[in-house]
Amino acid sequence: MEFGPHLLLATLEGAVGAAVLSLTAVGLSLVFGVMRVVNIAHGEFFMLGAVLAWFVAQYVAGHPALGFTAALIIAPLIVGSIAALADLTILKRLDYDPERTIVATIGLLYIIQQLTLMTYGPEARPVEPPFNARIALPWFEWGENGFQFYYPWGLSTTTYKLAVIGAAAAVLCGVWLMMTRTRVGLIMRATQADGEMALAFGIPVERIYALVFGIGAGLAALAAVLIVPIQQAHYLMGGDPLLLSFIVVIIGGLGSLPGTVLAAVFIGLSDGIISVFFSPTLAKILATLIVGLVLVFRPQGLFGTRAA
Amino acid sequence: MNKSNTTRRAAIQTLAGAASLPLWARFADAQSAAPIKVGFQVHRTGIGAAYGRWYDRTTQAAVKLINDGGGINGRPVEIVAEDDGTDPKRGAEVVEKFANLHDCDVGFGTLFSHVVIGSSPRAGELKLPYFVVSEGHHVASGKLNRYTLQPGITDVKSQVQAMAPYVANNLGKKVTMIFPDFAFGHDHRDFFTAAIEAQGGEVLEQIAIPPVETSFTKYFPNIPRETEVLYHVMVGPAVLTFVKELGEFFGPSRPEVFGFIDSLEAVDLSSSGLEFLEGTYFWEGNPRYAQADQSEHDKFYRAAVGVDENGASISDPADVSTYAHMFGCWETLHIIKAGMEASGYQGPSDRAALIEAVEAMGEMPESQAHPQGAKIFNGKTHQVFGHQYISRVENGRLVKVHTTSIEDTLYPDEVDYTTQPL
Amino acid sequence: MSTMQRIIIVHLGLLALLFVLQFVLPAYHHGNLARIMVLASYAVGYNILFGYTGLLSLGHALFFAAGMYGMALTIEHLGFAPTPALLTGILAGAAVSAALALLALRTTGVAFMIVTLMFAQAGYLTVLYFGEYTRGDEGFVIQQAQRILAGIDLSQPTNRYFAAWALFSTCFLVSLLLVQSRFGRTLIAIRENEERVHMLGYDTHRHKLYAMILSGTLSAAAGAFYGLLFGYAGASFASVQYSILPLLWVLLGGAGTVIGPFIGTLFMFYLIDLSSSVTTAHMLVAGVVLVLLTLFAPQGLTGELRRRLWKALP
Repeated sequence: MEFGPHLLLATLEGAVGAAVLSLTAVGLSLVFGVMRVVNIAHGEFFMLGAVLAWFVAQYVAGHPALGFTAALIIAPLIVGSIAALADLTILKRLDYDPERTIVATIGLLYIIQQLTLMTYGPEARPVEPPFNARIALPWFEWGENGFQFYYPWGLSTTTYKLAVIGAAAAVLCGVWLMMTRTRVGLIMRATQADGEMALAFGIPVERIYALVFGIGAGLAALAAVLIVPIQQAHYLMGGDPLLLSFIVVIIGGLGSLPGTVLAAVFIGLSDGIISVFFSPTLAKILATLIVGLVLVFRPQGLFGTRAA
Repeated sequence: MNKSNTTRRAAIQTLAGAASLPLWARFADAQSAAPIKVGFQVHRTGIGAAYGRWYDRTTQAAVKLINDGGGINGRPVEIVAEDDGTDPKRGAEVVEKFANLHDCDVGFGTLFSHVVIGSSPRAGELKLPYFVVSEGHHVASGKLNRYTLQPGITDVKSQVQAMAPYVANNLGKKVTMIFPDFAFGHDHRDFFTAAIEAQGGEVLEQIAIPPVETSFTKYFPNIPRETEVLYHVMVGPAVLTFVKELGEFFGPSRPEVFGFIDSLEAVDLSSSGLEFLEGTYFWEGNPRYAQADQSEHDKFYRAAVGVDENGASISDPADVSTYAHMFGCWETLHIIKAGMEASGYQGPSDRAALIEAVEAMGEMPESQAHPQGAKIFNGKTHQVFGHQYISRVENGRLVKVHTTSIEDTLYPDEVDYTTQPL
Repeated sequence: MSTMQRIIIVHLGLLALLFVLQFVLPAYHHGNLARIMVLASYAVGYNILFGYTGLLSLGHALFFAAGMYGMALTIEHLGFAPTPALLTGILAGAAVSAALALLALRTTGVAFMIVTLMFAQAGYLTVLYFGEYTRGDEGFVIQQAQRILAGIDLSQPTNRYFAAWALFSTCFLVSLLLVQSRFGRTLIAIRENEERVHMLGYDTHRHKLYAMILSGTLSAAAGAFYGLLFGYAGASFASVQYSILPLLWVLLGGAGTVIGPFIGTLFMFYLIDLSSSVTTAHMLVAGVVLVLLTLFAPQGLTGELRRRLWKALP
């Protein structure tokens, strides 16, 4: 394939990755920002979302869109509840001590993975997309007849992939509205700014923490439901989103939601675009090193104001 | 009982007769009725778990058959299963556990290459005969040791080179390869590139996919336009995505596609998104769907393991087996039995004699013990060679279109393990 | 008995006990303990940076792997004998940790975690990228004939046990001397309040740099020994899982104690080993135990001992 169409294709693929990644990472960023804890089990909440989507889609008969829509609502709710419960029974008792929380969430990671393996099994299972048509994309060139459009071999995307980008954007707008325009958002921001002061003003910080932990996990689950028609549910699928979300949250600047989204777009797109220029594994090495070096020379992240 | 001549009915009658006796009576004539312990290194967790489950079921079925037929040398076989987490470090620990804690007679059953290579040095040091079912080229390459054998499944080098004549003569000579960027993929790259060139073909492009990748479309533009055959071998949970995205990339105009079924083991071919595979070709170690010319041995083996004619579990049609590989467990256990009987195996002090007995085996005819087909064991390289199958997807089923000869799979010896001390 | 005497008796007592155990343990536990001592050496190395200096690294697999591959590649491709190969591995670890320290110590806290994680991930991918030499994920065997160190066959159980014991004793004593030294006390002070130490005129950056190099070098020594004693080098040892493991061992055993890393490694090893004999859900057991420990023994096993019984335990 020629360079131009190749780049367009890689960019489109990068955009799908970026959409899902920004949802997952915003979930982690919320928890990180408000509660100041590192949730190693975040990727497992993502995985649970995908696995539950499969269960729901199996259970709901009829057109695939019905099952998918049901999963879109049910999976994040269940995952959010599980997370909130984990917060109330475990994290709260640790006083959100950063190191102990890391170990406890590693423990949670093992527990969730093993329970999923025992109930759902080791296979990768697909969920049927609600709609999925292939769209061949045109490209242009200056030929003998001047400027003209044509359809290069292989240059295409699907309606579902475009819909994922749109849905992620819509959800992100919703999260932003919640944080800036609602009372809950105000309380969250107050807790983020100064937990003790918020407590002194009568804000039920414990309940807010549980809520934030639940919403964070729910967002990861939602991202997973969106991606599962493209990528299938598997009990080990949580590792990659966890790693990438971490990178995004730090690069974006701690606790900055717009920064997180920008960083997700940056990371997602660069993952696609670097692959055009370098051999795939080399591209991964370079992308990883770049992230490390960005942090070394800008510890507050690309868009953040305070150091992580 | 001479298995190659036994009809299915006779076999079942023998089994039914044996099964109706109480356990002590069946093994009463043995000098010792203590069980022969087979340490089964199984991938229950980790990336190999989907394979591990079917390796387990096949192993249980084979052991039941062997025990119902009187065990080995009059002693029952007991499987001691330990999870290795599909991890080489844990694998080596499990081998130690078999040898030093459970007093196993042999170790058996490992699939993933890195677990085999990580465990094998310990098996050699502990002098525990270690029968792997891995299809890696590691045994025949000479990297391992005299106590490690692969008598029940062919290796990737012979599989790959046996495919080249069919691909070059029937599908096309200009090939683009897509493979995972780790050792298993590199074996495919190196062996197939050499083999297709020997057939007068060429590999236009080698596309290595990083092992952690979950989306693939961005790599497909590297497929040259003049590609006649796309050769793919992917493993891991992302393979469904790979095939779907390949379909979406090519749309209506695809080249011929040849893949290794490793990509889709334990995956239902009727899964949504796999329609693209219609009319494409696959290597199969053993045909997943019962074929028109199905042998009585395959029929027997299939029933014993609990697999229906579509290659799925009898109790759950959505639970698809790893049919192209798991026969290796069945055949390996029968070879352990034959080796122990030939060497008059009594206990761990006879382990060296067991190795020598297996090394002496040579030809193995197609039989109930070898339902996948006839094989030749090379005692020097500790590797077995056998027929390979090529199937085409027709109406969502894999239909066998070609069977290679064993000669197609042979290559010069790279090691002589028999020169190493026992 | 003075505190100092008690400290010496307890720590040297552990080494003596481990030395004597090799004569009485059954084969299986004998082999396990050799393995545990090498892994515990890795944990001891990790503890110097995490437990005493207060820097949480998620990239120590890079150092462990640098040691393992520095040793294994020189044996495999350059025909080195085990002694120079081990030294190469340890030096490789020192060099890699120095390079990473110069970069990563510009950051602190979570950024430090991510920087170390990223470089370790790049290291893991590099092992795969150079698969021609490393055989990637599959790894390669170091043959018995290549593992004879100064006439001692390291594949023999007794020799292996003694080599592991020697490595562990060295790392353990280094760690014990460190915390008794002025340098070590400064590290602990940095962990407690870096700003104040800096104000008092100490070059905190230099202290952290040396701590990270020492930590990386011990980790590399453990990696080099692990490969040599058990005859295998593979990419899985460079994966992120092997960065998290020493963190777990140290946290479980008790961060910032000399004896904790060993206790944590021992506990975790047998937890997985015993539970996997009883149930296939051994990950579940491990997960539940981790959660319970953080809930009820937040300072780790040794930390709990220190809190309840003996406040002066280093």
